[in-house]
Amino acid sequence: MVRGLLGKLASRSLSVAGKWQQQQLRRLNIHEYQGAELMSKHGINVPKGVAVGSVEEVRKAMQEVFPNQSEVVVKSQILAGGRGLGTFKSGLKGGVHIVKADQVEDIAGKMLGQILVTKQTGPQGKVVSKLELELPVYGHRIMKSFLLASFILQITVYLAEKFSLVNEMYFAITLDRKSAGPLIIACKKGGTSIEDLAEQHPELIVKVPIDVFTGITDEDAAKVVDGLSPKVADRNASIEQVKKLYELFCKCDCTMLEINPFAETSDNQLVAADAKLNFDDNAAFRQKEIFALRDPTQEDPREVAAAKADLNYIGLDGEIGCMVNGAGLAMATMDIIKLHGGTPANFLDVGGNASENQVVEAFKILTSDEKVKAILVNIFGGIMKCDVIASGIVNAAKQVQLKVPVVVRLEGTNVDQGKRILKESGMTLITAEDLDDAAEKAVKAIAS
Amino acid sequence: MARQARRLIGDLSRRLLYPKQLQQHRNFGSPPPPPAVFVDKNTRVICQGITGKNGTFHTEQAIEYGTKMVGGVTPGKGGTEHLGLPVFNSVAEAKAETKASASVIYVPPPFAAKAIMESMEAELDLVVCITEGIPQHDMVRVKVALNKQSKTRLIGPNCPGIIKPGECKIGIMPGYIHKPGRIGIVSRSGTLTYEAVFQTTAVGLGQSTCVGIGGDPFNGTNFVDCIEKFLVDPQTEGIILIGEIGGTAEEDAAALIKESGTEKPIVAFIAGLTAPPGRRMGHAGAIVSGGKGTAQDKIKTLREAGVTVVESPAKIGTAMLDVFKQRGLV
Repeated sequence: MVRGLLGKLASRSLSVAGKWQQQQLRRLNIHEYQGAELMSKHGINVPKGVAVGSVEEVRKAMQEVFPNQSEVVVKSQILAGGRGLGTFKSGLKGGVHIVKADQVEDIAGKMLGQILVTKQTGPQGKVVSKLELELPVYGHRIMKSFLLASFILQITVYLAEKFSLVNEMYFAITLDRKSAGPLIIACKKGGTSIEDLAEQHPELIVKVPIDVFTGITDEDAAKVVDGLSPKVADRNASIEQVKKLYELFCKCDCTMLEINPFAETSDNQLVAADAKLNFDDNAAFRQKEIFALRDPTQEDPREVAAAKADLNYIGLDGEIGCMVNGAGLAMATMDIIKLHGGTPANFLDVGGNASENQVVEAFKILTSDEKVKAILVNIFGGIMKCDVIASGIVNAAKQVQLKVPVVVRLEGTNVDQGKRILKESGMTLITAEDLDDAAEKAVKAIAS
Repeated sequence: MARQARRLIGDLSRRLLYPKQLQQHRNFGSPPPPPAVFVDKNTRVICQGITGKNGTFHTEQAIEYGTKMVGGVTPGKGGTEHLGLPVFNSVAEAKAETKASASVIYVPPPFAAKAIMESMEAELDLVVCITEGIPQHDMVRVKVALNKQSKTRLIGPNCPGIIKPGECKIGIMPGYIHKPGRIGIVSRSGTLTYEAVFQTTAVGLGQSTCVGIGGDPFNGTNFVDCIEKFLVDPQTEGIILIGEIGGTAEEDAAALIKESGTEKPIVAFIAGLTAPPGRRMGHAGAIVSGGKGTAQDKIKTLREAGVTVVESPAKIGTAMLDVFKQRGLV
């Protein structure tokens, strides 16, 4: 599926930073320009750029922000990677373009509102609602680095400022399980060949664990800067930038922050030329501003509906819709469906505290999925009570047209009440005794 | 031995010299031995968050099961009573009054990490945190603090708890599916554990102790901690390990098992074999990234350590029974 830069890096020499790179779309990832704005707020140098959502805004930006520039990079901002090599459904090739200033409006017009298909979007592609305008940083090298750029970018074209690139480095902060704390990773060579480098010269990768209670010390930051080995950037200023990045990482509850490339400009500054930030879902309650940046238009509509109902749902491609309580059991249910020759349509964990209402919503989402040919409900009630699930199913059936067979396997707390409620409802349900039985019946139900 | 003798002499001399203190001194004779796997019928438990909805429900269930619930903690409600138990403002107060050795936490995510730290500072032997959704940055701090001390053990967070069937239930698992018996179970999942319990009860083997270590990437207890205990617990004759994609906990367990050279039958199931890479499946810790943490890798590593790994979650119980039969244990 997604083989981002960081993922490859992790598989070669770092088991650390890569762990959190591949995120489900439901987890919060923000657009490139939003990440830049956030970093800028925290005092981190970022390339100058403007997000635009219409041709008028493009015109305005060119006049006000980039009046004297000869060339501008127009970056599609979509929640997927591979933009550079993508193709618009309209036929326009490439999701990122470097054009002369007088051509910006024209190309922007051809990108805005169009659907861009990349290796990572799937064949349906993603719509371009915004563009980010940026001044060309590294000339033709921009194209390559965009290929490896974060896979979560919305088609917002990003205009950024041109400055001469002297050097490209790699920088990341992540929460490392092994050292039980934040870990900063630095490499003096970033950009496009970081993966090869990690393979050939793992010794160039510098890792600096940070003590959460002490915070980042000047010494720690200095080690990182030495690992980055900037050629012209002022050392003290660089140390300050590293400290600010760490502060952002902690203050915003990031699970991962990756900057590739971390560039040096000819005026001796370190600048985060392209950054990717992932945030901890569990921290949403205290990061309201950041989580308000989430863009549901780019997400699977089934997942958006599920998130609204506070359900843990991941859409897949199969034919058997699943409703299970508990993530482990949900995964195991997907496994056993496959073992019996079926394909799961989704992962859905209703959790331990699900209300009858949530069960109804879950059912609605499953039945609205056109690919679903049968539904399997597998509940082992601990906190979750079987009678609550049963009532939810009966209510859902009253509200939605049940066109596909439903296999139900109930066990655990209040199982007898649950089974009775289902029986008395008069619904046509297929009941199963255990996991094997349930999976077998679900697969058979599709065949018939 | 010598320590117990010293204690006894200390008791006797205290009794002779300071007779008044007898009334406060509860420890006549040698204390009960520590539990084989973290909890047993002697474990005295307080509940942090007892007056909340979950705290109330599960404390009631625990009392019904026979767990020695001795009090609760809800800041601001100290001095009151709830479910027939005294409520305190702090863990330290609760411990002093009730002589509790363990705590179970049903506190919402924004305050749960603090609750764990409080129990650690009060030096309880065991803290079981059920709460799901604690921010990772908070848990990282808890983990660092945990690593700096050795008095308190944390189980969880985001876990169903721990149960020694027939003796002590700390957590949200349905008690009735368990049966005192011969199999130790350790798992990252909640409901999937109940499947394994159900199956081992059904085949007549029962369980010695079941530990849910939870699904978070930063947690207090891992497979190796539980397996170490299971290996030397005479009641545990077989071990079931339930893992998931993501992280390296299963690989660490495999290394320990191999090194131990144990003859106890071990059966494992790894959930998520068919989960697509790059998608986080529910648990914050269950994510395969950059090729690491795949179910296939874990299964392979465990098999190399001599563990029987089943590919169907419906076959966990029967697989254990088969191995028991092969080894002449039934």
